[in-house]
Amino acid sequence: MYSEKVMDHFSNPRNVGELKDANGIGTVGNATCGDIMKVYLKVENGIIQDVSFKTFGCGAAIATSSMATEMVKGKSLEEALKVSNIAVMEALDGLPPQKVHCSVLAEEAIHAAIEDYRKNQA
Amino acid sequence: MNRIYLDNAATTPLSPEVLKAMMPFLMGHYGNASSIHDTGRDARRAIDEARKQVAGFIGAKPNEVYFTSGGTESDNWALKGVAYANRNKGNHIITSAIEHPAVLETAKWLETQGFGVTYLPAGANGILSLEDVEKAITNRTILISIMAANNEIGTLQPVAAIGALARAHKIPFHTDAVQAAGAIRIDVNAWQADLLSLSGHKFHGPKGMGVLYVRSGTRMMPLLHGGAQERNRRAGTENVAGIVGLGQAAQNAGMFIEENAEKITRLRNRLIDGILSTISHVRLNGDRGSRLPNNANLSFRYIEGEALLLHLDLNGIAASSGSACASGSLEPSHVLLSIGLDAEDAHSSLRFTLSEATTEDEINTVLALLPGIVDKLRAMSPLAS
Ligand SMILES: Cc1ncc(COP(=O)(O)O)c(C=O)c1O
Ligand SMILES: [Zn+2]
Repeated sequence: MYSEKVMDHFSNPRNVGELKDANGIGTVGNATCGDIMKVYLKVENGIIQDVSFKTFGCGAAIATSSMATEMVKGKSLEEALKVSNIAVMEALDGLPPQKVHCSVLAEEAIHAAIEDYRKNQA
Repeated sequence: MNRIYLDNAATTPLSPEVLKAMMPFLMGHYGNASSIHDTGRDARRAIDEARKQVAGFIGAKPNEVYFTSGGTESDNWALKGVAYANRNKGNHIITSAIEHPAVLETAKWLETQGFGVTYLPAGANGILSLEDVEKAITNRTILISIMAANNEIGTLQPVAAIGALARAHKIPFHTDAVQAAGAIRIDVNAWQADLLSLSGHKFHGPKGMGVLYVRSGTRMMPLLHGGAQERNRRAGTENVAGIVGLGQAAQNAGMFIEENAEKITRLRNRLIDGILSTISHVRLNGDRGSRLPNNANLSFRYIEGEALLLHLDLNGIAASSGSACASGSLEPSHVLLSIGLDAEDAHSSLRFTLSEATTEDEINTVLALLPGIVDKLRAMSPLAS
């Protein structure tokens, strides 16, 4: 059901855990829908220097969390905001149709973390 | 990799003996059982024999056994057939909130057709209360349908007591015994069941083959209209090979129920006790005592069920989960929610269902692997901290 890339990111997820010196944190999702994702950002001079995540969720949720964090690492906030769930899914060689909604979470979690960072700076 | 199959509630492998019984009817004996000639009579004899085998398996008379295309058709037919045949008497149906979708969705559809349905909740232990059933009965009640054993949490329902209650009120009683078949002894008279559903593939028979038992004298409409097959009640040229396979599977399943139940229960308890003693924040779903011998359903807090399933699968272990993401729906298991789990615990559930072929080594392998998988997933869970 899942592509090899999805299974790779699911079994060996990148950027797992908490970032001790994060300056932007975003949590999205809820237990009702079944997936919850928390993203930690360390932003310096408008660039995402480091990023990590924690996810309660299915294979698709964990794999998209892993891939999305890889894709925004080293990017400016503006660039990171443009990383869509579609781009993350493409990078994973696709997801089954019933799993597309799980991939939206990663995009939303990154947006929430960036918003949190901006609020902290204001 | 040695594969360990612990998803026998989903389906079971076809037994070689069943396949052997079916083969002649897939190859040489191609007759239509309705034909007068010798080739047709071969098929007729084989169907008659299978009907006797199934009757023996559930304590029925052969002419009360109807072959269908599976558990889903049997459940649909039982509910719709009785509801429409008794429209002049009333329009109220009693069932439970933890039925299989084959019953629940049929009941919901009947609601759109002018019938009223009471969905009784199960208690926190996953067992219905007889008192609740009794209180739900009205003088408009025309059917009570309560499953014998739940497919997710394995809890056994008090079907004999419900059957007696239904009989006392002269209300037809249907029970979905799809999960009970082969696991516990079925007796339509002891249970006072008027209708009972079976599905072949749950006890080493063919997929797409089922049975509806209908007690003689039960008012019932056909579901499939057409030819005169199954005594004018279920039209369509018989799937002779499938029927023969189902009959053989029923005969085999009836032979070792008590012996298998003892062995499977012991291994299942080893699995449950092993998990509860080595992994923290785990709950067993459904009553510990009154459940199918082969069922272990547990919630692993802070972890989503599909992620657990995938890790087990990578290690060659097949199980199932009530999480929404595993089932492809947006909602977690209606059964787990109904017995009072919160959404998080319902998403965190894992179901192992053993068989008589399950070995102690296999259980030990699961017990050795599971703690590591749980640790890994909990380490990445935002809920565990
Ligand atoms: C309790 C119960 N009822 C009905 C069914 C449906 O049976 P079938 O797959 O033969 O249509 C199942 C199978 O999953 C079941 O577990
Ligand atoms: Zn998901």
